[in-house]
Amino acid sequence: MRRTPKDTEESARRITRRGLVLGGLQLGFMGVLALRMRYMQVEQADEFRLLAEENRVNLRLLPPARGLIYDRNGVVVAENEQNYRIVLVKEDAGDVDAVLDRLQRIVRLDPEEIERIRRETDRLSPFVPVTVADRLSWEAFAEVAVNAPALPGVSPEVGLSRIYPLAEDFAHLIGYVGPVSDYDLGQLENPDPLLQIPRFQIGKVGVESRMEEVLRGRAGTKRIEVNAVGRVMRELGRQEGRPGANLQLTVDSMLQNYVQVRLGEDSASAVVLDIKSGDVLAIGSAPSFDPNKFVRGISVADYSALTENEYRPLANKSVQGVYPPGSTFKMITALAALEAGVIRPDETVWCPGFKEVGSRKFHCWRRGGHGWVDLRESLTESCDVYYYDVAERVGIERIAAMARRLGLGQRYDMPMSAIHPGLMPNKAWKRENRQAEWVIGDTLNAGIGQGLVLASPLQLAVMTARLASGTAIEPRLVKSVDGAEQSGPGVPPLGIDARYLQMVRKGMHDVINTRSGTAYGSRIEAEGIRMAGKTGTSQVRNITAAERAAGVFRNEDLPWNRRDHALFVCYAPFDDPQVACSVVVEHGGGGSLVAAPIARDIVLQALYRGTPPLSAYPASQRGTIRTRQEKLILRDPATLTDGRSRA
Amino acid sequence: MSYLEYTVKRVPTGLAKVLYLNWALILLLVAVAGIGFLMLYSVAGGSLSPWAEPQMKRFALGLVMMFAVAMVPIWFWRNLAGLAFALSILLLLVVEFFGVTGMGAQRWIDLGFMRLQPSEVTKITLVMILAAYYDWLDIRKTSRPLWVAIPVVIILIPTALVLRQPDLGTAILLVAGGGLMMFLAGVHWAYFAGVIGAGVGLVTTVVQSRGTDWQLLKDYQFRRIDTFLDPASDPLGAGYHITQSKIALGSGGWTGRGFMQGTQSRLNFLPEKHTDFIFTTLAEEFGFLGAFSLLVLYALIILFCVVSALANKDRFGSLLTLGIAATFFLFFAVNMSMVMGLAPVVGVPLPLVSYGGSAMLVLLIAFGLAQSAHVHRPRGRT
Repeated sequence: MRRTPKDTEESARRITRRGLVLGGLQLGFMGVLALRMRYMQVEQADEFRLLAEENRVNLRLLPPARGLIYDRNGVVVAENEQNYRIVLVKEDAGDVDAVLDRLQRIVRLDPEEIERIRRETDRLSPFVPVTVADRLSWEAFAEVAVNAPALPGVSPEVGLSRIYPLAEDFAHLIGYVGPVSDYDLGQLENPDPLLQIPRFQIGKVGVESRMEEVLRGRAGTKRIEVNAVGRVMRELGRQEGRPGANLQLTVDSMLQNYVQVRLGEDSASAVVLDIKSGDVLAIGSAPSFDPNKFVRGISVADYSALTENEYRPLANKSVQGVYPPGSTFKMITALAALEAGVIRPDETVWCPGFKEVGSRKFHCWRRGGHGWVDLRESLTESCDVYYYDVAERVGIERIAAMARRLGLGQRYDMPMSAIHPGLMPNKAWKRENRQAEWVIGDTLNAGIGQGLVLASPLQLAVMTARLASGTAIEPRLVKSVDGAEQSGPGVPPLGIDARYLQMVRKGMHDVINTRSGTAYGSRIEAEGIRMAGKTGTSQVRNITAAERAAGVFRNEDLPWNRRDHALFVCYAPFDDPQVACSVVVEHGGGGSLVAAPIARDIVLQALYRGTPPLSAYPASQRGTIRTRQEKLILRDPATLTDGRSRA
Repeated sequence: MSYLEYTVKRVPTGLAKVLYLNWALILLLVAVAGIGFLMLYSVAGGSLSPWAEPQMKRFALGLVMMFAVAMVPIWFWRNLAGLAFALSILLLLVVEFFGVTGMGAQRWIDLGFMRLQPSEVTKITLVMILAAYYDWLDIRKTSRPLWVAIPVVIILIPTALVLRQPDLGTAILLVAGGGLMMFLAGVHWAYFAGVIGAGVGLVTTVVQSRGTDWQLLKDYQFRRIDTFLDPASDPLGAGYHITQSKIALGSGGWTGRGFMQGTQSRLNFLPEKHTDFIFTTLAEEFGFLGAFSLLVLYALIILFCVVSALANKDRFGSLLTLGIAATFFLFFAVNMSMVMGLAPVVGVPLPLVSYGGSAMLVLLIAFGLAQSAHVHRPRGRT
């Protein structure tokens, strides 16, 4: 087709025009692109740089090592042991089943465990390590490590987990740690991010729980670079945390061990205090349990065995168990009366075996009565009628006030779980809590430590230590935190006339050291060591008139849980008081027969810092004592680890 | 005006043609491809495999083909335009029924040494046939409805086939490329104004109808359009890619984070980092300076093509060169807008930089055509 030059010219002009327009538009759009680029890369650069950093940098927490717990001599009671475990990384393993098969020749794996491992490897990203076995023995661990070439993707790892080398001895005091539960998290206002770490363990009960903040330490952080699917590429930097503070307790682990062993499988508890400082030297509760089982995850069978045991092994009876103090309360009534001036020490009261108030008869434990009784004899022979009479005269308010001054009815600031404040009732309390008026019978019952009065073994020990020292000592459990000595509060005097205290102490001395004393059988005959104390037998039931008439209220004839509690409080040496001790045997029967011998053994053990010589005991008892000493299996001191040499 | 009216005596022949090639353009293409190799080396974590080395081989092959195409007189290619277009339509039909589907939508024919995507080929054959059509058409008829309808049909046939794959990115490029060809050929403004006006009107009506009684689309269809237009509304799905892409681009700053130091690409936060999103890696590692430099190179390529086209008195050669430049422009403009969050994500590669065989070979052959037009341009009247 021929074209005219005119057409050709026209066409060329048109293309040039349109070409220039289009070229211009293109250039314009490129300008827009350049501006956008500049805006994003220059103006907004910092913002995007931050987002890029957030993308790639992850913060991982490094769990701190938990603080160790020592006894007063530096013996380790709670520490962290190396926990050997093996983990499997799916992408390195290739054929997971084949690797697990080979691994089973070294480590036994339950079918359920294998099922769990398969599930986790399927669910998680292939580079996430899955724990195959935990708490391996060193031998198995080493064997896995040696066979590593045949086990692709399997790697041995070492972590830390809590262990209590003295197991049962400190179960109630130290408690145990366990994994963080949803409940724990819910309890906290602002939970430490550490608690979110899988398998992180926190104190659940006892010192472990109450001193959690001190023991836990502060988490370190590790900055790591991750890629889009979360695989760790490299570590960018780390900031070390602070390990938890080490804790030194006032408890003497050897004495604690003796207390636990001596209490044995009875449902009982005992507290030993240093009278000078208030240090808790031993605080035992029986029966006990192995806290290590809780750390590892206790089996259902083991747990229900503990909860179904009627001796309640999980309860810490030394602070959680409260009992009517019974006759161990009589020193308080006596002091209240002496201070109030309602009796004179040499004044005597006639005990016919009962006291009638209105239409009610209040009985003395000795049916025949004690005859004429003065203050010393009232304690020595534990005459109830004397105290009915004195209590009636002095009144409940003054008795309650004296009880409080001596440490009853109050809670001590100690890092232990479920501390019960006990109960020292007065008129106002009864009105408020029972909506009933106080009657004279209440005063009489309170006067001999029965009725509504409740005290824990710890409170009874504090009471005894205060009687012995004349000062308001407070029990102290934590000796030092990370080496820094924890000074207790000052020890103010009780403000009770020393003469009255001395009279009561004399009575307590004679309880043990005179033939007529209720605890004469539990005297100490060592040179220069005399013990002073008071027995107590507290009723957990009312003796009916019919029973009394029939004369059938021998303890042994009753079912265990209706028998009397056996109590004993004491201190020694009489002339220079060092230790105070309280023993309560639940439903044990009489204080003099059951609790006093235990208390004597514990006190001697504390004073001699080990097994006392037989010469400390009355000659007639040495045979039985020796047999008993031989039967008790104590912890070998050589097996204890001295934490100070290691830490 | 056609070559027939000019004496061919003054057109270089034989090896002398090599001297008349547009060497500046070739150097620009090599420079852009070089940036591509560098980035492919970087995104592979400092390795020639798996992307940089095959890309280099294909580029070498492409250069050879470009020279071969450039040596052949432009009038031969003009006569072949119809056949080439018909062949590419046939290939589209073949992959429609016998092709392999991979990477979502792209369909290809396996040639053994490479995978040929007919949709890529079509982008150039469409430009060729439209250039030939307007070369043949009497310029006085250019804006008559019947003669406007014919190229519209020519454009819509491959577009429909590509949309069926479905490959929205290529479909948009075909329509836009074809439209630009018609614009360059001198079709009256009113047609474009009409089409754009109708499009805007339709979209407005549809959007306006939302939430009224006469709603034109179902609710879920509107939601899909929302996500398409604003990926940030779906931050874990479609929005994830564009967000990560913007982060990478923005975090580059003035001078970038350094070669192979881009965390977004090295740690796989970037999607398709070796293909559609390779520009973000460049921007992240070389910053604004690097990204802007590439843009300048692209601009120069366009500029040299436009200059060559405007100096060319041959209507086919001129239109073809401008059309190739426009197609090339559409490639990088859409790709860059997409990674900067200015446009929705549609699969369009960055020309000569993104990893991919078909696109690169087809582009180099297209530049071969432009070179042929340049070499065989008419020189003076008889």
